[in-house]
Amino acid sequence: MTISHDLDEAGLDRELKGLIADVLGLDPAQAEAFGPESGLFGHLPELDSMAVAGLLTEMEDRLGIVIEDDDVDGEMLETYGGLLAFAKAKLDPR
Amino acid sequence: MIFTWNTPARDGKDGSEEMLLAFDRGRPVRVLVCPAWFDEANKLRRFTVEVMRRLDSAGIDSLLPDLPGCNESMVPLAEQTLEGWRSTMAAAAGALRATHVLAIRAGALVAPEGLPGWHYAAQSGPKLLRGMIRARTIAAREAGIFETSEDLMAQGRAAGLVLGGWSIGGAMFAALESAEPALGPGQSDIAQSTVGGPGPWLRAEPGEDAGQAGRLAALIDESVGNPAP
Repeated sequence: MTISHDLDEAGLDRELKGLIADVLGLDPAQAEAFGPESGLFGHLPELDSMAVAGLLTEMEDRLGIVIEDDDVDGEMLETYGGLLAFAKAKLDPR
Repeated sequence: MIFTWNTPARDGKDGSEEMLLAFDRGRPVRVLVCPAWFDEANKLRRFTVEVMRRLDSAGIDSLLPDLPGCNESMVPLAEQTLEGWRSTMAAAAGALRATHVLAIRAGALVAPEGLPGWHYAAQSGPKLLRGMIRARTIAAREAGIFETSEDLMAQGRAAGLVLGGWSIGGAMFAALESAEPALGPGQSDIAQSTVGGPGPWLRAEPGEDAGQAGRLAALIDESVGNPAP
């Protein structure tokens, strides 16, 4: 399931939205509407700690990254933009 | 549909009476279902039963015993071990006269190797623990407590740990750290990509997907070459 490391930005955005749609049971079209300010953890009642853990573990598998304890903070989980920026930084740490 | 069976005595302890859900019409193909574990068991409950219903329609019996310590089981979960669950599932296979096994997610870790069958989206012990430990550290952080995965792993190994409300004993925890699903003779993997669609264990709220359940049941039906009912 691991996808390429040279995923472009649009590809990463698509992958991440698809993953959130899978976790929340949304139509791809609904997830497509996520913007940088769209709230995640703490905003969506169904996105509890267990669901977030599942989401991060699936991100590791699909993006081929390792997410450490220290990586996980409020900022990264609070909004879609935060999560996307985190994934981008993990994939391209320059 | 709901039956009981008695697990054999083990390590000087009496066996226990455990419940199982079964579509049992005494047909030639009888599939033992090793369910997903813990939180995933809840998320996959309807999916699992829907697969069993489809198998029933296809003329295949299926048997889903509780893992001791889970669901209706009266024995304490914290005392369960990976080896104990393995031998319970092997005993269930014999007592229930199973001819095949369908292991779901971490169920693959306890699938009797003597039965032919399928591992659906098999989950390893380390990945199972990683997800549950992560859920705990995230919840703790929300509550203003700082716990590290490393400390929790050490604690789990030494004395067991409660993760997501499940009491996992020290022996179970330590065994899971290196438990990888292994295919027995006549067993094959069914990846989620073969079934198609998002893995039902990913859903934050347990959902169902009749299409996926139908496809998994059809793969099994095809694989046993069962004549149409």
